[in-house]
Amino acid sequence: MNQAAGTRLASWLNRLVDFAPVLIALLLALVVSSVLLVALNVDPLAAFGFMLEGAVGTENATAETLVKATPILFVGIGITIAFRGGMINIGGEGQMIAGALAGTTVALVLGDLRVPAEMAKTPGAFDLIIVTSALIGGFLAGALYGGLAGFLKAYFGVNEILSTIMLNQIAVQMMNFLLNGILLDPAVAGFNNIPKTARLVTAAQLPRLALPLGDPWIFARTRLHWGLIVAIALAIVIYIFLWRTSLGYRIRAVGENERASSYAGIHVKRQMMLSMFLAGGFAGLAGVVQVLGLQYRLQTDGSPAGFTAAAGFNGIVAALFGGLNPIGAIPASAFFGGLLVGAQKMQREIGVPASLITAVNGLIVVFVVSSEIFILQRSKRRVSLQETNTTLNPPDKSGGSDTPLNPPDKSRGRRDSRAQEAG
Amino acid sequence: MGLDDIFTASVFASAIRLATPYIFAALGETFAQRSGVLNLGVDGIMLMGAFGGFYAVHLAQTAGVLAEPLGLLIGVLVALIVGGLMGLAMAFVSVTLKAKQGISGIGVYLFGLGLSELLFQQWVGTPKSVAGFPRISFPILTDIPILGEIFFHHNLLVYVAFALVPLSAFVLNRTTFGLMIRAVGQNPEAADAMGVSVTRVRYATTTIGGMLAGLAGASLSIALINLFQQNLTAGQGFIAVALVYFGGWRPLTVAAGAMLFSFVNALQLQIKVIGADIPSEFAVMAPYVITIIALVFATKRQEQPTALTKPYERGE
Repeated sequence: MNQAAGTRLASWLNRLVDFAPVLIALLLALVVSSVLLVALNVDPLAAFGFMLEGAVGTENATAETLVKATPILFVGIGITIAFRGGMINIGGEGQMIAGALAGTTVALVLGDLRVPAEMAKTPGAFDLIIVTSALIGGFLAGALYGGLAGFLKAYFGVNEILSTIMLNQIAVQMMNFLLNGILLDPAVAGFNNIPKTARLVTAAQLPRLALPLGDPWIFARTRLHWGLIVAIALAIVIYIFLWRTSLGYRIRAVGENERASSYAGIHVKRQMMLSMFLAGGFAGLAGVVQVLGLQYRLQTDGSPAGFTAAAGFNGIVAALFGGLNPIGAIPASAFFGGLLVGAQKMQREIGVPASLITAVNGLIVVFVVSSEIFILQRSKRRVSLQETNTTLNPPDKSGGSDTPLNPPDKSRGRRDSRAQEAG
Repeated sequence: MGLDDIFTASVFASAIRLATPYIFAALGETFAQRSGVLNLGVDGIMLMGAFGGFYAVHLAQTAGVLAEPLGLLIGVLVALIVGGLMGLAMAFVSVTLKAKQGISGIGVYLFGLGLSELLFQQWVGTPKSVAGFPRISFPILTDIPILGEIFFHHNLLVYVAFALVPLSAFVLNRTTFGLMIRAVGQNPEAADAMGVSVTRVRYATTTIGGMLAGLAGASLSIALINLFQQNLTAGQGFIAVALVYFGGWRPLTVAAGAMLFSFVNALQLQIKVIGADIPSEFAVMAPYVITIIALVFATKRQEQPTALTKPYERGE
């Protein structure tokens, strides 16, 4: 009894230490950004105070944080799958655009149709069909775009980092072309230089989200939409997929050790394409949800991040910060959403450019992957410990699945991802 | 409108100019990758180098205390130092801390992207131009028709970049240092056994790579475009990394790839200028499409350094 309690305590302590990379990264990022702010003659405490206020200070601020977090979470889930599968997908930006283009087209076309007579009796049925079709269309387009990079990697050995970066640029140009051409809003045609589509009809929009607490409902007057719920639900689905299905296991096996997986009879090329396909699909969802839930039209200023607001990159940061675990990506995305929204407040109040957050995000990425070395050393010690008392703790055959009841085991993520190689 | 309107001397001349940042950055990246370090943060380092160089020149010129050539020289120096420091940081992260290189490079990129913009907005504010490196006029040579315009009317950094190509090839292939770089990238265990410090070589190459990336950025901000703005490089650093793969990790072919890429770029600019009946978006995307296609064909035949992206761990 006592021993069991002791073991449990030890495992909890272990887990706390396993959070080390994220905590270290956060602490270091805080220190470095404070130094930066002091160097710029800004009181860091005031700056952070405004950021916190801007992120969660009011009902609307919190809603905006979650609105910003939604596309980051979608991309983050996808990046988690890709990185788990050993594919360094930098193409979130391009895949978002591909998804948004396809999803918006579907929504525009279906939105123009007359409601079929047999559906006219059940209100909302046709709306659901339009929205679902648009989401699926966005997913598929993003998935094909990501899958293309997976295909090139699997069959031609083209480094996926490079191909996805090129595909990002191509997608931006394709979007600019289509938004200035066949997708251009007829209402502004002729005025040129306003690259945007027509506005979606109400039936094609994702509904706003409010929590039935209090009166009026919480978030009732904000831009929060159902995309957030879809993203959270899918995060859970993907968690189960990665750790509870054999297909998910095969993806992770390839990411952990390509050669061993190949010897074990896993079709490595197929898993590579699949993980990129899924990663692209989630980024595609991020794109289409931005249109269906928030902007109600696809528009851009023509710059590379004009539509995505760099969510394709921030999703990478969130995925790493979430320990390459879809569940972990949920709080991580909320955190980065808050950073982005809070930074705008900081910029307004004390004139510190919000680009500080881009720099801090970069630092966090560097710090998270750098502090993995400590986890690695720990896990080595743990392995040697396991070897000495294998009879007591038989090694986990399944390749280390986390039980759904326990919080995600961070050390697993760190160790898994060690096996990925960029080349 | 015929081909004469497209393939003009000025297109060839601008292709040579446009190749400058790619050559600097890609040569630096070649050193790093030959020793086994993939530095994906080149674009961020370029941005920091571009801002550092620009800001130094901007200060020197607004203060007016320094003679113009000296101010430009200091700009180059600042870019080299800033780039070198970031390269050093990348080396620390990927060699000492053994972090995953593809991902940490993205971190370095985001850091450079954010910090260069932050400092620019805080210290400069609105886009301002500086008097950058002037074009050099050679006696007689510059006056040769066509050839003079194509080859003999560029600024100093363009010539430095092209001079670095054979120099890098020489260093990599014919010097002890080059041999050590190749050994460390190909077989670190053997190099280590021979008494070569894998760590020291990788630190050196990654720092050199950073310095050249910084210079690549400065070549934009104080020699070619002569201003700084948010995300000035617009992803050129990533192209440089792709060019290293495309060029098979050899300085001469890497530079040839840079030339090809910038030639396509110069063509697309020209097509825009003469208003050809091609949507400008397709012209802009053409170099990227061509890079992907080139990578498809290039990757199969060439051998990448065996230890690329693999941190070295001494056997126990």
